[in-house]
Amino acid sequence: MGLATFRGGVHPYEGKDLSKDRPVKTLLPQGEMVYPLSQHIGAPAKPVVKKGDHVLVGQILGEAGGFVSANVISSVSGTVKAVEPRLTVSGNMVNSVIVENDNLYEGVQGLGDKRDASKLSKDEIRAIIKDAGIVGMGGAGFPTHVKLTPKDDSKIDYVIVNGAECEPYLTSDYRMMLEEPERIVGGLKVILKLFPNAKGVIGIEDNKPDAIASMTKAAEKEANIQVVPLKTKYPQGGERTLIYAVTGRKINSTMLPADVGCVVNNVDTVISIYMAVCETTPCIRKIITVTGDAIKEPQNFKVPTGICYRELVEAAGGFKEEPEKVISGGPMMGQALFTLDVPVMKASSAVLALTKDQVAELEPSACIRCGRCASVCPGHIVPQKIMEAAERRDLDLFVKYDGMECCECGCCSFICPARRPLTQAFKSMRLAVRAAAQAKKAKA
Amino acid sequence: MAKLWNVSSSPHARHTDTTSKIMFDVAIAMLPASLYGVWQFGFKALMIILVSVLSCVLSEYVYEAFMGKKITVMDGSAVVTGMILALNMPPEVPLWIPMLGGMFAIIIVKQLFGGLGQNFMNPALAARCFLLISFAGRMTTFTLDGVSGATPLARLKAGETVDVAAMFVGKIPGTIGEVSALALLIGAAYLVIRKVISLRIPLTYIATTLIFAAIFGGHGLSANYLLGHLFGGGLIFGAFFMATDYVTSPITVKGQYVYGVILGILTGIFRIFGGSAEGVSYAIIFSNILVPLIERFTMPVAFGKEGKKK
Repeated sequence: MGLATFRGGVHPYEGKDLSKDRPVKTLLPQGEMVYPLSQHIGAPAKPVVKKGDHVLVGQILGEAGGFVSANVISSVSGTVKAVEPRLTVSGNMVNSVIVENDNLYEGVQGLGDKRDASKLSKDEIRAIIKDAGIVGMGGAGFPTHVKLTPKDDSKIDYVIVNGAECEPYLTSDYRMMLEEPERIVGGLKVILKLFPNAKGVIGIEDNKPDAIASMTKAAEKEANIQVVPLKTKYPQGGERTLIYAVTGRKINSTMLPADVGCVVNNVDTVISIYMAVCETTPCIRKIITVTGDAIKEPQNFKVPTGICYRELVEAAGGFKEEPEKVISGGPMMGQALFTLDVPVMKASSAVLALTKDQVAELEPSACIRCGRCASVCPGHIVPQKIMEAAERRDLDLFVKYDGMECCECGCCSFICPARRPLTQAFKSMRLAVRAAAQAKKAKA
Repeated sequence: MAKLWNVSSSPHARHTDTTSKIMFDVAIAMLPASLYGVWQFGFKALMIILVSVLSCVLSEYVYEAFMGKKITVMDGSAVVTGMILALNMPPEVPLWIPMLGGMFAIIIVKQLFGGLGQNFMNPALAARCFLLISFAGRMTTFTLDGVSGATPLARLKAGETVDVAAMFVGKIPGTIGEVSALALLIGAAYLVIRKVISLRIPLTYIATTLIFAAIFGGHGLSANYLLGHLFGGGLIFGAFFMATDYVTSPITVKGQYVYGVILGILTGIFRIFGGSAEGVSYAIIFSNILVPLIERFTMPVAFGKEGKKK
């Protein structure tokens, strides 16, 4: 039997060599800080500061707007300049708190104090994680306290740390596994406290042997924690594919990991949990890879959230060549940017600047039904079929052929020899199906 | 800023394979069989191949130009159609036959149904069948070294034995491209190694045909009889190069097995119980028509939805 993996998937150019050997460098911001009040899945946070207020590091700027929501916390000390909509990575204007950084980094009381997690109750741990505003930092931004609050704690038997980092070019999780393995193990132990019957698993793709070695060493004294090497294949780090590779259990789009006894968290999220619980430091810093063939000195940075992308690119030496495409995140699921004047958010992972845009190289042409999309789809859908539905805007047919099971990983578009924009069409269809369902519900 | 950056929806990476690269690979894979055909049947075979390819490419160009459509001849699909059509011709046909066949394949079967990817039948095979029906005599006169003779399949049907070794190499009368199993298998191996085709359809097809022949052929497990069926009458050419045509074969994995079985059964029926000794071409175009139906009943179950009611 080979390494744990899943059926389907693709092998895009990895590009990790550009930045993987660059240790994480702390970068302090120069300009104003922008804290969007909606940088998570769920209700936007409600602003609790106003123009002119003095704020400290660790102070809450926006309070969670419900259970599925998250606090937004200041990463600097300074004065609130405004509460106004600002452009974010997604291209939307999002209501944000703008803070003029005084460069003093005065913290709220108790910030950074060591805390012994073993003396805390489960409820206390969950409350700390909720207050710290932690969300899934791998990209989705789902509030972590919600994930850690399943119906029945005793039914969870796997707590999985996602160290796959299958997205090309990204090296932030890799660096953290090399540089802060104790914090990852520490964070995992905190989560395991919540689930008495669970064992911890750290899943890492086998293209990162030193990360596997580093994590194995850090976890060697923990009988309940195991490092599992995974086959290097995109999207190995997707929640469904990761759960399957580690446990052999399957979930579909209508299920949660908890339905099959799993809780999955990204490496950086687990570190944030450790920092919140054991070091009294909320979710205010982010590891970002700045890379791509257009960047002068590709780097991994530790930055406070709210810093402008432009400062990251400048700190990496700027562009050595004018890029054709700049992406927030990786090439498979990242968001193309038209400006660098957007803030780093909790789920940001990378700035990728490429001198060549592979998408623009060739026009899409007719489908030749080669079936490659179907053979790479990790959701075992036939993208060619749901594309037919998408082209006719036929919502019912799209749902019938399991279009809602699409995880938008991009494998089909990547592999398509006719360069058809499959994933793009599916994203818009999925939104349309959800909107239609909502409209139906509202009527009823 | 010097220039605006490109923006588009993710993913931003693309595989290097393109439609034209795939078509180019298929054309390369047919070269061994083409070269063998030219070597065995001479200059006239080369002319038939050239005329057929030119006819297809020109038909596509002229039709698209005339209809104001985007010119797509550079994708190479018309070249592939032309080659398949030529390799399906006897070496003695006059040159107007491949010309007419190319026009029929591209304009009637492919373009009138919407162009690349929309044709419901393999254009080259549909054209071949059209020619077979229209010019039966010319399309079924097979010569070898200037002597016209019965094809091995016709001899099998008449109850004779065949020279299997000669069939494997290709020293037999037949169409330009179908005669040498060896040359075809070299090309097929290239397609499999380049991952252009999978072995699902060809192997299921061939296995089913042979099982059918063993059961209903009346010769039991006679090696000569079964190998004759395997190497004769374009079964290998059909199984690896025509039944695997992306556009006209099922996209679902299960469907590809079903398709292979149907092809095998039909080929067996046509060869053993039909009027003609051949059956591959008709079996493939008939099965082409069943593809939408096969796909409907063989849709895969989405990940995580196994065992759950829809």
